[in-house]
Amino acid sequence: MKVYADNAATTRMSDAALNAMLPILTDVYGNASSIHGVGQEALKALDGARSKIAAAIGAEPREIYFTSGGTESDNWAIASAVTNGAKNGKRHIISTAIEHHAVLHKLKASGCDVTLLTVDSDGLVTPEQVKAAIRPDTCLVTVMYANNEIGTIEPITEIGAVCREAGVPFHTDAVQAVGHVPVDVGAMNIDMLSLAAHKFHGPKGVGALYCNKKVRLNIFQEGGSQERGKRGGTENVAGAVGMAAALERSVADMDANAAKVAALRDRLIAGLTKIESTRVNGSLTHRLPGNANVCFEGIEGESLLLMLDMQGICASSGSACTSGSLDPSHVLLAIGLPHGIAHGSLRLTLSEYNSDAEVDYILEHVAPIVERLRMMSPVWQKK
Amino acid sequence: MAYSEKVMDHFRNPRNVGTIDDASGIAEVGNMKCGDIMKMYLQIDESETITDVKFNTFGCGAAIATSSMATELIKGRTVAEALKLTNSAVVEALEGLPPVKIHCSVLAEQAVKGAVSDYYKRRGLTPPPEAYIDELATEHAYDEEEAAVVH
Repeated sequence: MKVYADNAATTRMSDAALNAMLPILTDVYGNASSIHGVGQEALKALDGARSKIAAAIGAEPREIYFTSGGTESDNWAIASAVTNGAKNGKRHIISTAIEHHAVLHKLKASGCDVTLLTVDSDGLVTPEQVKAAIRPDTCLVTVMYANNEIGTIEPITEIGAVCREAGVPFHTDAVQAVGHVPVDVGAMNIDMLSLAAHKFHGPKGVGALYCNKKVRLNIFQEGGSQERGKRGGTENVAGAVGMAAALERSVADMDANAAKVAALRDRLIAGLTKIESTRVNGSLTHRLPGNANVCFEGIEGESLLLMLDMQGICASSGSACTSGSLDPSHVLLAIGLPHGIAHGSLRLTLSEYNSDAEVDYILEHVAPIVERLRMMSPVWQKK
Repeated sequence: MAYSEKVMDHFRNPRNVGTIDDASGIAEVGNMKCGDIMKMYLQIDESETITDVKFNTFGCGAAIATSSMATELIKGRTVAEALKLTNSAVVEALEGLPPVKIHCSVLAEQAVKGAVSDYYKRRGLTPPPEAYIDELATEHAYDEEEAAVVH
């Protein structure tokens, strides 16, 4: 059996996305900037995609800018806020310790004074923390909508309200949230929002940045007049159309999918925590429907992933070896886990394509693998 | 990052896993911060031959594979021969390691040296200089040039 349980990394494309893209790739191959028929057809397709994405998050079409994905959207939003802030002598940014590296590394490179808010043991930050951190020279608050590792959903509406009151632009990296939980930029007081198609069954290499029309957005890439002159370059029409079709489908099916996936997730978490010396990471109440994240004491994540892969199970971990650095995940350390525990993390992220039988298969295989690795571990002590 | 067939073979079926109750020498190297800990047990006879060797490892695929390979390379050898084991020899025997995993082979070499050192100390003897462990090396000092050469 092959079980794909790494949907926070990326998802398989939906039929809706693929079927929407194919005719663009084969027939509507024109350049959306061209005057001729096939070019105008491409422009029409692109505008249609923009409208659908805008509708899905409560925005206006002209507030949607197509990008290459979540990382670019995050980088663009931060770069623009930093440049505009500097014009008014504002060089302070507020964010959290558990952001994606697309945000954290960009903030570090910005040269600004950055306040990284701590999170509690569930990974939650409070609007009060944001309010207390705002200074006269704060040019941006950026807080992720939902965490990619532990699935914790932050109080975005309330944080947005705090920012509105203080007159500080508010950006949220909503890459893990869009298509999975309701997002309404107006009601949630969001000024800028990043999303990526491949996290909700769209194609890779395409995403979008929403920017409130009242908030100034600078040019990201010099060139032609594409994306309102702010991001030159021939548009990825098929990608945009695939993203729009995937999002439209995800939003239409959201309630049913969320209920199904959350039920699978809860069964998975309940089964995994039956293994002794196992803890759940992230909030149990403010949590993405598909995210299960646990730590097994006494073992290391990469060997666990390799053994799961040998059984056809695709998962992820926050261990140092899988993060490509010598430290385990900054998110797991930020919620207060010691290094030794953080190294033994397992992230299983589900989608509506997963089944009850697959959850059974995962549970059947995880326990013996954990047992085998613990038997081999010099630090494991049975309690 | 991809592991060689040999690494996966030793990861899937690690050789000499376990402990030795009346071991002649034991060493534990690595640290929890980096996420690799190896514990090695040696059984050494009067002729200074390593008659048995076992290990326990907490760590990634490469950490388990290098521990396993190191035990194979020293089993049946003399203590003097075991002290000549280098991390590069472990990497070579495993048909290469990804550059970011070279530190695991260093840890395996340290585990062998540490256990031999312990064997000398248990008999009230000063370990030979070859058994000296560079503590910094076990802290994952990662030399890119060295990694490039042995890979």
